[in-house]
Amino acid sequence: MRQSLIQWFKFASPQSFYPLAGRMIPWFWAAAAVFGIAGLWISFFVAPTDAQQGEGYRIIFVHVPASWMSMFIYVVMAFWAGRGLALNTRVSAMMAQSLAPTGALMAALSLWTGALWGKPMWGAWWVWDARLTSELILFFLYLGFMALQAAIDDPRRADKAGAILALVGVVNIPIIYFSVKWWNTLHQGSTINLNKAPSMAQTMLWGMLLMALAFWMYSIAVALMRVRAIILERERHTEWVKHAVE
Amino acid sequence: MQWNSVGEFFAMGGYALYVWGSFGACAILLIAEPFLAKRRLKQIRQSLIRERLADELESQQRTQ
Repeated sequence: MRQSLIQWFKFASPQSFYPLAGRMIPWFWAAAAVFGIAGLWISFFVAPTDAQQGEGYRIIFVHVPASWMSMFIYVVMAFWAGRGLALNTRVSAMMAQSLAPTGALMAALSLWTGALWGKPMWGAWWVWDARLTSELILFFLYLGFMALQAAIDDPRRADKAGAILALVGVVNIPIIYFSVKWWNTLHQGSTINLNKAPSMAQTMLWGMLLMALAFWMYSIAVALMRVRAIILERERHTEWVKHAVE
Repeated sequence: MQWNSVGEFFAMGGYALYVWGSFGACAILLIAEPFLAKRRLKQIRQSLIRERLADELESQQRTQ
């Protein structure tokens, strides 16, 4: 028990996490590429035309993965921020900081692709509906987290303030998720539901899941790239960083 | 496969603007972000290397 605990904490130090992250990045890029190519192939060449929405429905293959990732990254970011707050571990706070821009990007893509899907199907780029509004709030939460961290000079204090913002903001995630159930919205209900069979063709479902996996692997790869830069920036006055770059 | 020609594929059944606007935006942002992350890592590494060279130079001058 004690031995494994020490092992776990070993990777919690920036010094050992920096090279570990560097070794993991190529694998996540490879996985993202494989899932992405397979997902795009199904999205455009295997999945059939939709009976109601024609070819316009193909936006689903980027809209749903981006939306899922925008919510999932937020939860992961809040987890790391909270862990940093509770245990005062440096890498946790750096991970949270690294995830925020990728999460904001996913939220922006979700809103953008949603607008491009809404226009032909609903006749409006935007409506102030529960699902859309709560996703917009999520986007602002990411921007707020980044702005707050950037505004505080002392990085440890910035971590603490950011962590509280991130943790309070988590309340928005179930609101987004259940918004289509709780309120009468224009946005369609969830396509994938835990307690009933998915309401779409098998090939469409596979395309969506593969694209979601590609987005997921992409997010891990890019967050690890950014956390390496953050580690060096924030640990630049330590002895190990001076020897880490040749 | 449901496309009879390349033109039909790009027309996306009349939804070209919406479909390609969505996939295009994703492609641009998902390609740009790793480049920005890579540049950030490169910048801090170069700054650290410059700092070390400056330190070395300083200690050399002190010993002379």
